[in-house]
Amino acid sequence: MEDIVISVAQRTLVAGTPLLLGTIGEVICERSGILNLGVEGMMAIGAVTAFIVTFVSGNPWLGLLAAILAGMLISLAHAVASITLQANQVVSGLALTMLGLGISGLLGKPYIGRPLTVKFESAAIPVLSDIPFVGPIFFTQSPFFYMAILLALSAWFILKYTRVGIKIRSTGESPHATEAQGVNVSAIRYWCVIVGGGFAGMAGANLSISYSKSWIEGMTAGRGWIVIALTIFALWNPSRAVIGAFLFGGIFVLQYLLQPLGISPNLLAALPYAATLVVLLMIGLGDSRKLNAPAMLAEPYKRGER
Amino acid sequence: MIRIHVTERIQVTGKTSFGVLLGSLAAGLLTISFIFILSGVNPLYAIFKIFTGSFGSWYGIKETITKAIPLILIGSGLTVAFRAKFWNIGAESQLLMGAIFGTWVGLNWGPHLPAPVIVPVMFIAGFIGGGMWAVIPAVLKTRFSINEVISTLMMNYICAEFMTFLIVGPWKGKTKFGFPYTDDLPASAILSILPGSRIHWMTLILAVICTLLLGVVIYRTRFGYEVRVIGENPNAAKYAGIDFFKTTLAVMVISGGLAGIAGIGEVAGIHHHLSYPDAISSGYGYTAIIVAWLAKLNPYYVFVSSLFFAGIMVGGDAIQISLRLPAATVDVFNGTLLMFLIMGEFFLKHRIRLQRRHPKV
Amino acid sequence: MTGSPCCFYRPDGSSCVLCVLRQPMKKIEHLEMKGISKSFHGVVANDRIDLEVRSGEILGLLGENGAGKTTLMNILYGLYQPDAGEIRINGNRIRITSPAASIQNGIGMVHQHFMLIQNHTVVENIALGYKEAPFFFPHKKITESVIRFSKKFNLEIDPQKPVWRLSAGEQQRIEIIKALFNGADLLILDEPTSVLTPQEISDLFGILKKMKAEGHLIILISHKLDEIMGLCDRVTVLSKGRVVGNADTGDVDKRILARMMIGREVIFNIVREELPTNKEVLVVENLLVLGDKGRVRVDHVSFNIYQNEIFGIAGVSGNGQRELVEAITGLRKIVSGKIRIHGNDITNESPRKIYNSGVSHVPEERIKFGIAPGLFVFENAILKQHHLKKYSHKAFLAYGTIKQHTRDLVESYQVHTPSINVKTGDLSGGNIQKLILGREISQTPPLLVAAHPTYGLDVGAAEYLRRQLLKRRREGGAVLLVSEDLEEIFELCDRIAVMFEGAFMGILAAGDPKLKDIGLLMAGSLRLRSTVVVGERPTRHHGNTKEG
Repeated sequence: MEDIVISVAQRTLVAGTPLLLGTIGEVICERSGILNLGVEGMMAIGAVTAFIVTFVSGNPWLGLLAAILAGMLISLAHAVASITLQANQVVSGLALTMLGLGISGLLGKPYIGRPLTVKFESAAIPVLSDIPFVGPIFFTQSPFFYMAILLALSAWFILKYTRVGIKIRSTGESPHATEAQGVNVSAIRYWCVIVGGGFAGMAGANLSISYSKSWIEGMTAGRGWIVIALTIFALWNPSRAVIGAFLFGGIFVLQYLLQPLGISPNLLAALPYAATLVVLLMIGLGDSRKLNAPAMLAEPYKRGER
Repeated sequence: MIRIHVTERIQVTGKTSFGVLLGSLAAGLLTISFIFILSGVNPLYAIFKIFTGSFGSWYGIKETITKAIPLILIGSGLTVAFRAKFWNIGAESQLLMGAIFGTWVGLNWGPHLPAPVIVPVMFIAGFIGGGMWAVIPAVLKTRFSINEVISTLMMNYICAEFMTFLIVGPWKGKTKFGFPYTDDLPASAILSILPGSRIHWMTLILAVICTLLLGVVIYRTRFGYEVRVIGENPNAAKYAGIDFFKTTLAVMVISGGLAGIAGIGEVAGIHHHLSYPDAISSGYGYTAIIVAWLAKLNPYYVFVSSLFFAGIMVGGDAIQISLRLPAATVDVFNGTLLMFLIMGEFFLKHRIRLQRRHPKV
Repeated sequence: MTGSPCCFYRPDGSSCVLCVLRQPMKKIEHLEMKGISKSFHGVVANDRIDLEVRSGEILGLLGENGAGKTTLMNILYGLYQPDAGEIRINGNRIRITSPAASIQNGIGMVHQHFMLIQNHTVVENIALGYKEAPFFFPHKKITESVIRFSKKFNLEIDPQKPVWRLSAGEQQRIEIIKALFNGADLLILDEPTSVLTPQEISDLFGILKKMKAEGHLIILISHKLDEIMGLCDRVTVLSKGRVVGNADTGDVDKRILARMMIGREVIFNIVREELPTNKEVLVVENLLVLGDKGRVRVDHVSFNIYQNEIFGIAGVSGNGQRELVEAITGLRKIVSGKIRIHGNDITNESPRKIYNSGVSHVPEERIKFGIAPGLFVFENAILKQHHLKKYSHKAFLAYGTIKQHTRDLVESYQVHTPSINVKTGDLSGGNIQKLILGREISQTPPLLVAAHPTYGLDVGAAEYLRRQLLKRRREGGAVLLVSEDLEEIFELCDRIAVMFEGAFMGILAAGDPKLKDIGLLMAGSLRLRSTVVVGERPTRHHGNTKEG
């Protein structure tokens, strides 16, 4: 019995990690006022880049680095479109999702059916992983998990207690007031979008070189969209994102747990997406969201314009 | 030193508009070529193949028209939704829901009713199915402030799983040797097609009529006016006494309903049975987004825009076979072109001049 | 670093910690703007403007709304780039490409619409721009300095308080503190008194005079002659984008300045005749309305408005006027109380039903609420009336009738537009306002609710609008006028209510001698018990109030 609980808990954390990584990035991006709906595509690009580079080089860390860079590069397109060219942020994000999914399918095709020989394996932290019950769950995870937790806490700290965090948050609340204080709003937004893209790439890498060993098209399976919902659920707070991400990780795992009950696997597969709606509904009823969204989210800003 | 001087344009002429459009498409094609090179494909050959595949032969043209039918329907519906700034990304599942409803009607009532009765009933069922599926995110947005991009997308995933459940489970065809299809629709329920093609002309006519109707609705009716005000400034709409809730619901019924009709077209006109979501709709709901955008949210332009993107789809199929590229290639096309289209809009609003930097200024 | 901004508040003249930390910076002795020109959308906002200001001097920048004062100062602050011209500090040419550059050169600005992050605390706002704030826990580290600073300004605030909790006057002082923290030698203030009570205005002037004595340079933008004469040493007058005159305030008087500003003798006389009022149009009973954050904004307010009357609500913005107007026009939920038009209960009805009952609304924030900027002028001309039979029979819009109506409106209300087929958002603010006013008045509504209708308009347009309001009054309409402009209130209103923190401090008739205390009423220091009984007619010249 205990083994089942441990296994479920482990798998929950594994499933939630890519969601957490993506959400941290999106929180940073949205806090600066830019809505990035391209997360799904950026995750896909991260995934395919990580896979190919790991495949070719045999070094998963190199793959991870490449994925982060690829995510940053493609989010640069979103930054240019949204910030400098003041294009519609919703459509820009959608276009990049299409593009990202397309590129990932295109580049990944030759690799279907050719699994990796080396990938990220679980790394047990010495001493801590020997603690009964807690050890195997929390301290015998893939390096992505440890990085995700560390990054989430760092992001939370930076946003709340550092000067650059104040700058980012102010940019999202009122770019005019921020610019009037001598802060370069465009620069801050560019950085936040690119960082967000890097996180999305990392999340994608998590899927392709840690979660699984093989490449399949459509690996992201809508997780990018769940990330966007999670950003709202987390009330734009990276520490709350941790809870949300692993909650959804649990729902992903739940599918498999309920299968033996004879429920159609397809209906179970719809669980995470239905849960997203339910979660958003609860937040919508509670109205707490209205008090926390960055006030000028998705509004284009031009210096000097009132 | 050269300085970039950006000024706002006061008026946009048709010539400028067209020029920017061409520029965006050209830049898009350039980028797509680059991506092709990256994946080891000769871009010139690929693009050439795409356009000859879709417009270079009678077969291609007929296929292009066939694929344009759902795009016209969904695209014009989306122009209404987008004008109200309701980002309906769920047209894909609205199409499928329409298909599901229509299949049920066709399989259950079809054998008992003559064609002139069952066909309109199926179309109506499709409209209802798609419209109802679309109303749910509309309610979620107006009553619960849930972002419609996420809700319509989640509906896509939920519907796809639901549909798969139906065809491998309760609706599995008895005459299909265990394949995941429903039974075929009875003969009366199958739409007639133009001989020598797959064009189900009834849906095509319906599509063109809808496009024209929606043009009138948007530009000449009170409802269309209210939709446009909501899209331009929701605060002013509230101030003007426009009922946000009712108007949004109506907009989504239209958008979803048209997608549902497209679904009927696909099932009753082409496949004749229900099968996997990917088989019934190869991304029409997403492609229609770009169709609507390229048409500048003007239903009258949707016809041309649909043909263009249908051509890319058909051409994409062509090179899939000849160059062994995955279906995702079309997404690369669409995503890149859309990206450059919206980036190009900057040049509609601003004029760029290069000038030598004056020492005085 | 001697004579630096914050040190002058130290009685013993020693340098404070802030100054010790800060890098020495060029002190501005003399600032010049030469030949500044700027156009927007083909419209000239600044035309070869020259301006100069010296250390220890307060310069007034006078002009009516739309003259180009704010544009000029926004150029100085780096928010706009001039099309031509240069800026010199102490004789050296400098380029200001952004507010960051401006701050670096020692220029600070207090904008008309505050540039504060409402959801953040006071210290977070100051730490945002303060270069010396540390990277980690910046808001905690500078809290002490902020408290010390604010004590000098007689401002006891909790630096951890979120800004939205502070009054307008307090927020303005935070803006000044912010500018000084950033090391401003030159301080620009854009129409600072529009949100202050008379007492706060005199406090502000005291602070500015102190700063001047310590060598600061101050530019005060205003269209109010009293302020310019009372505070400034010199004044530069702008009109239609050009400098029309410079003067020492000792050498001129208000009439001369007014003539320079407008180019003609301004006759401030509008005749408001006696009219019988007997029919009640609007009855507001014990209204309770909440604000966006759930706080009480309209606190059990009752009043009536009659035909042939302009009822004014005076008071500093932010005391519930906006919420009251929104409640009456159906844009905000009423928690308790009743509103009746001609006897019909319109409490919490939809905006459209209320409109159909006879209430027209000229909104305070015109671009935000009054128009759809991307639609054409003729489309906005019927924004609230598009459902009426004359503009849409069955489901179709009657474009012919609409366009003709628009042409009539544009002509009668002198809306300057190239054609009725341009995007409404491209029109200037004043013309948009005229369009909206024309749209609402032309339907001869029984009740016209006008919130700050002349705000931001040039004198000619403001005068025209005021005449239209009086015309409406004469024709038998009723007008609810919300305004911060006391001159306008006195000029137009038959009865005046003063609103403070959601309640009416008193309702006085025009000409009531107690109106001299209106400043106290606005600041909440005085309350007159009004006895407004529903159904009772107010009498002229004897106020319907009892001393409280």
